[in-house]
Amino acid sequence: MQKYIKIPIFFLSLLPILIIFYQIIFNQLGPEPVKEITHVTGNWTLRFIIITLAMTPLQKFTKLNFWISYRRMFGLFVFFYASSHMMTYVGIDYRFDWSSISDDIVKKKFIFAGFLAWLLLVPLALTSSKRMIRLLRDKWKKLHKLIYIISLLGIIHYLWLVKVVTVEPLIYLIIIVILLMLRVKMKFN
Amino acid sequence: MKKYKQSEITPEKIYKKRRKFIKSIGLGMSSLSLSTIPFLNKGYSQNKNELTSYEDITTYNNYYEFGTGKGDPFKNSQEFVTKPWSVTIEGEVDNPITLSAEEIISLFPSEERVYKLRCVEGWSMVIPWMGFSLSKLLNKVSVKNSAKFVEFESIYDPLQMKGQKYPVLNWPYREGLRIDEAMHPITTVVTGLYGKALPNQNGAPLRIFVPWKYGFKSAKAIVKIKLVENMPTSSWMRSSPREYGFYSNVNPNVSHPRWSQATERVIGEGIFSPRIETEMFNGYGDEVANLYSDMDLKKNF
Ligand code: HEM
Repeated sequence: MQKYIKIPIFFLSLLPILIIFYQIIFNQLGPEPVKEITHVTGNWTLRFIIITLAMTPLQKFTKLNFWISYRRMFGLFVFFYASSHMMTYVGIDYRFDWSSISDDIVKKKFIFAGFLAWLLLVPLALTSSKRMIRLLRDKWKKLHKLIYIISLLGIIHYLWLVKVVTVEPLIYLIIIVILLMLRVKMKFN
Repeated sequence: MKKYKQSEITPEKIYKKRRKFIKSIGLGMSSLSLSTIPFLNKGYSQNKNELTSYEDITTYNNYYEFGTGKGDPFKNSQEFVTKPWSVTIEGEVDNPITLSAEEIISLFPSEERVYKLRCVEGWSMVIPWMGFSLSKLLNKVSVKNSAKFVEFESIYDPLQMKGQKYPVLNWPYREGLRIDEAMHPITTVVTGLYGKALPNQNGAPLRIFVPWKYGFKSAKAIVKIKLVENMPTSSWMRSSPREYGFYSNVNPNVSHPRWSQATERVIGEGIFSPRIETEMFNGYGDEVANLYSDMDLKKNF
């Protein structure tokens, strides 16, 4: 049964990137297509972080176990969208002009926060297989707590990049703070 | 330094539109022609002569009074009423005056001025503005010697401008120039673009355009021009003094905490065209560099 749900969810999660491809081909990304792709992939990275973080509390509250079985897939989508997002910036926007890119990473705090978040996602993606979970056991649990820090870095990245504070980053911030507080609460129960 | 090559693929769509535009102004305004553009600097070849399409100029805007999204100004400004409209010129002047927008437009004939707009966010457009030198308007009121700066105030009307319902910036929008900057002939009072009246989302009925400064220095929908003795505090300076200086001259060597200012994306060029190098004073150094000859532009950013 669960397999049958997982496959549509997998394709649904791919939809944002498929839409971007469609829009590239049919030239529908508006006057500044590169920025548009950066924004869409950045937003989906954050959304998948939220979805991933929500799985454990949902399992606890609904007492249904299946949520957890999606967690790994959503976590990998975080990495997928974060990497597409970064590659848009590195490959399409700056065309692998490493001197400008490294300059940005050290000089601009919002790029630094985003880059750090992506870097921290790498070990999580590399250790996401079932085999690694078995191999690392408790260490795996500890390692994957990094997602809390990543979620905060992601939101800080967003708050630092906007010129004036708008509603969207604040909504994300509130959701992430609630999700993190639920963790703390669950721990003490 | 990398030399950016001018994209060979002139987007056909834009080219066609431009041809159509040339034809359409040919009908109504025979005095206008693209070959008589003032200040078209030849050394400045990169893309200066490739006009941004009318569609992009009028649908991709930063105008927070109508919302913070780039598409918001177009969407939210169509009902904006610009008649009647008056502009007051006051402060350190001998003859303070209030004129209607129509009076101003008819008193000072507009000419076509193709200038590049460089946004602080790292993108640019080439816009065929219609307008005249601000100095002409200022000379009408006899500016006193005590006037060292000019402050521009945009309209405050939260009923019509929904962005003003939120304290995103300190409303009304304020900007300023030093008096010699304001008197410079390329500092323009804009009355239109592409040979048409100025669309609401671009700052109708009257806006300022300062070609060598980042876009936010060019206040839209102005209602007051005040000549003052002391340096005014602009809305952006108030919001973040560390990021937005009073001068805000386009300068590839002074980077902004958020955006690299060394390069820029050209609006409408599509996904595969590279960034181009940003030029000092947005390419208008020949005209304006002498205004700053004894200043450290890194300090006075
Ligand atoms: C977990 C990692 C990351 C998350 C969650 C994230 C999220 C976001 C979000 C939500 C936006 C704003 C979208 C909008 O305005 O609608 C954004 C914009 C952006 N991000 Fe990221 N990002 C991440 C990593 C990175 C990395 C690694 C880089 C580059 C090294 C990067 C570069 C950018 C840039 C250049 C922008 C656009 C800035 C602008 O509008 O001028 N991000 N990101």
